[in-house]
Amino acid sequence: METIRADVAIIGAGGAGLRAAIALAQADPKLRIALVSKVYPMRSHTCAAEGGAAGVIKPDDSLEHHFNDTVGGGDWLCDQDAVDYLVQEAPRELIQLEHWGCPWSREPNGSVAVRPFGGMKKQRTWFAADKSGFHILHTLFQTSLQFPSIQRFDEFYATELLLDEGRCAGLAAIEIRSGQMRRFDARAVVICGGGAGRMFPFTTNGAIKTGDGMALAYRAGVPLKDMEFVQYHPTGLPSTGTLLTEACRGEGGVLVNKNGRRFLQDYGMGPETPLGKPVLKTMELGPRDRVSQAFWQEQKKGNMIATRWGDAMLLDMRHLGEAKINERLPLVRDMSISYMGVDPVTDPVPVRPVVHYMMGGIHTDKRAATTLPGLFAAGECACVSINGANRLGSNSLTELLVFGRRAALSAAEYLQSGARAASESALAAGANAAQARIRELLQRSGGTETVAGLRKEMMHTMEQNAGIYRTHEGLVEACAKLADLRRRYRSIELHDRTNVFNTDLLQALELGSMLDCAEAVAQSALARKESRGAHQRLDFVERDDRNFLRHSLAHFDSVSSPRIDYLDVVITKSQPGVRDYSGGHE
Amino acid sequence: MAEQIGRRPHVRPITSEWIFRHPRYLRYLVREFSCLFIGAWTLMLVCALGRLSEGPQAWAAFLEGLKSPVIVAFHLVTLAFALYHSYTWFQLTPKALPLQLGDDFLPDGVIAGAHFGAWAVLSAAVLYLAGAF
Amino acid sequence: MSERQVEIEVLRYNPEKDKEPYFQRYSVTCREEWVVLDALNHIKETIDPTLSYRWSCHMAVCGSCGMMVNGEPKLACKSFLRDYPGLIRVEPLRHFPVERDLVTVIDDFVAKLARVKPYLIPKEPKDVAAGEYRQTPAQLKRYKQFTLCINCMLCYAACPEYGLIPQYIGPAALSLAHRWNEDSRDGGREQRQEELAATEGVWECSFVGACSEVCPEHVDPAAAIQQVKIKSTIDWYTEHLMPWRNK
Repeated sequence: METIRADVAIIGAGGAGLRAAIALAQADPKLRIALVSKVYPMRSHTCAAEGGAAGVIKPDDSLEHHFNDTVGGGDWLCDQDAVDYLVQEAPRELIQLEHWGCPWSREPNGSVAVRPFGGMKKQRTWFAADKSGFHILHTLFQTSLQFPSIQRFDEFYATELLLDEGRCAGLAAIEIRSGQMRRFDARAVVICGGGAGRMFPFTTNGAIKTGDGMALAYRAGVPLKDMEFVQYHPTGLPSTGTLLTEACRGEGGVLVNKNGRRFLQDYGMGPETPLGKPVLKTMELGPRDRVSQAFWQEQKKGNMIATRWGDAMLLDMRHLGEAKINERLPLVRDMSISYMGVDPVTDPVPVRPVVHYMMGGIHTDKRAATTLPGLFAAGECACVSINGANRLGSNSLTELLVFGRRAALSAAEYLQSGARAASESALAAGANAAQARIRELLQRSGGTETVAGLRKEMMHTMEQNAGIYRTHEGLVEACAKLADLRRRYRSIELHDRTNVFNTDLLQALELGSMLDCAEAVAQSALARKESRGAHQRLDFVERDDRNFLRHSLAHFDSVSSPRIDYLDVVITKSQPGVRDYSGGHE
Repeated sequence: MAEQIGRRPHVRPITSEWIFRHPRYLRYLVREFSCLFIGAWTLMLVCALGRLSEGPQAWAAFLEGLKSPVIVAFHLVTLAFALYHSYTWFQLTPKALPLQLGDDFLPDGVIAGAHFGAWAVLSAAVLYLAGAF
Repeated sequence: MSERQVEIEVLRYNPEKDKEPYFQRYSVTCREEWVVLDALNHIKETIDPTLSYRWSCHMAVCGSCGMMVNGEPKLACKSFLRDYPGLIRVEPLRHFPVERDLVTVIDDFVAKLARVKPYLIPKEPKDVAAGEYRQTPAQLKRYKQFTLCINCMLCYAACPEYGLIPQYIGPAALSLAHRWNEDSRDGGREQRQEELAATEGVWECSFVGACSEVCPEHVDPAAAIQQVKIKSTIDWYTEHLMPWRNK
């Protein structure tokens, strides 16, 4: 089998992966960096993020404010030492990105502009029109091109990590265009594979968000942390799930029910603020979990408008005016018109909550290291935890930069500390086993299941039973169903058994990743008998700090369901309090 | 290691069918094709100069030749091509010469319009010098 | 819940089975608001799982799903079925080798992109600790539209020059180079000049303008290329007629 020898392998070339690669290349130009991605870097889902990246730069703002907003927004499930690190490093990372040419939107005097965002007490979200993620991704990708030590392996799908004596020693990956397996020897591996939102039927996530990075670490023995916390973004288009950025509300857009009432004021986020003059952290600028939950409650009362794709609320931006919409929200206008046939300049846009982000992921410490020596993780696939039970908008893009770099530095330090190379026999054995598994799947006949069939069943149970509000019965059903689907997965038979760009095989492998991650979500949710942040239970409606001020850890089992245990949250400065998003607290 | 097992990227042959894939390609070729006529007309101009230097008789004979129906048709076609080419050329000038005043760029119509305007003035001047009015 | 029966013809090619590409026709029940990508996904899920194509975001920002739809380069996620009342013919993006079905080999574009040095070469070095470079909204607007390229390569499929002369660097790469040239923070124009002013650079362009017509993000690569031509020409003349100005 063809072997690529590197010092560090990075799996995933989105914002976190590219940032890590650049950090490594700058730290030590002699390091051989293999940047392995199942898609070309510019296709990574970072490109779809719209709103911006948070970092303190205004004189009326402070690191303490950013810290408090994040910890409160996360319903106190954030590790506060890690949040400290994030808010501290954020401004420098964002300026570094600007130095690499990122086209941030500007104030008239030429300094970087910031905009208001949900759950943030002060304006600190750096933005590039409403395509911030796109610009960040392309800036990082284009910047990475100047480092010859970054060797890219575009369209390589990593199937397994290779281990030796309890250390991570590399990975096995399929070169998608030829179907051939490749072995990557690397004493340090950084996983930046993104989230797994595609396990739900209704999501802002692109096709590639299938949790492959999470599954790689999970199956290698690293627990997945806080998987039950799945974020719904309040404003997705009902027809396609496409994201309409929170910035719509940051710029002054409002949410109304079928009676034209700004109903958020009925759910602890009032009083109603003047039209077009949003007040930070209240009403439409409340945190995402609260706004999505308000939708659900309001829907139960029958106050939503019925569209042919289901119930929706209305996002009204008419009062912003055409000039402002064209300048600050051009992509939003384009998508509303294209995919909904509605022009936000003249009409309110129907929207509904859609799955957007996973707070949970690969358990890492604040240095981005996992429990497996030599393995690091950063970005949405990781859970430090910065975001706790609910992520504030614009903290994720910042997280990519801060922890992408942090993971790279940790990997470099790990190498310098004398990480031993793995034995050839262990690597060869691991790679051959990985190849054998793929061959078995390709050649399997007499199978009774299809990729599309199992995937549909998985999505259905996640939507029904692991959605915005959960119940014991529903979660038990989800857990049973997912365990069953994992069993039936072994009976999948592929229609395409060829080698060149076999997307039937790829989708089967991606489904395997999603099933494993979904079971972790459902089991963790079942075990958490409280409501906190984005995890809301109708049978346990209160937050229970005594028993559950802890991270859940799901431990993989190849045959049966994951074992769940717990890890204390690091609390330093901010004791758990009440999340108050009413205007009264000013 | 046989890396390319199974791969056999297929290169689709290029034929002239691209011309007919969309009207824009045909319009482009017409625009470019105009150079043949304009080039021929320029050669004819060189011949004219040559005849002029040979004296009044040669010049008169040349002018007579210009009256033939074929040559008149040639002139009409060439004029049409020249007008089309100039029109498309000036329409494209705002692309090549963006002018930013303050925050915004001058509208395309202003830049193109200025070119058309200058064209009109120069044409009028030439016609005047040629004794058209 | 309005539906429509759509006839779709897709160019198939599996190098391990087929000597050359051939068309396969599918009859698909589609929702009226769907795009071509939705139809392809439906085919793959319910009729033919062997169909291979690239896609991800479904919102015209990742650039994965470029294909020929009835002879025009389009993003499959932004080709609305309502605009195609009859037979829909889907082929891989023109001017790139076909790897498999609708998947093309884009190595050439990726290499050319890297060649034009599409990254900031700062005019003045500045420490990160010293804060951001100042850039006014006017300066940002100068190059902003050229930053919007999603690398979808529809422009390469539309460009007859690229089709006929494969060494041509091509619209997207050239306009991305121009994006950096026009960024007020950048001082790397000279370093990019060698690639841009080469024969396979901007001078291969004969201003067909098809690239700008098909660009889904309105980047206007044709404009970028002509602007580079003018700047290169001025550079050439000043370099040769006013040599004292050279460093």
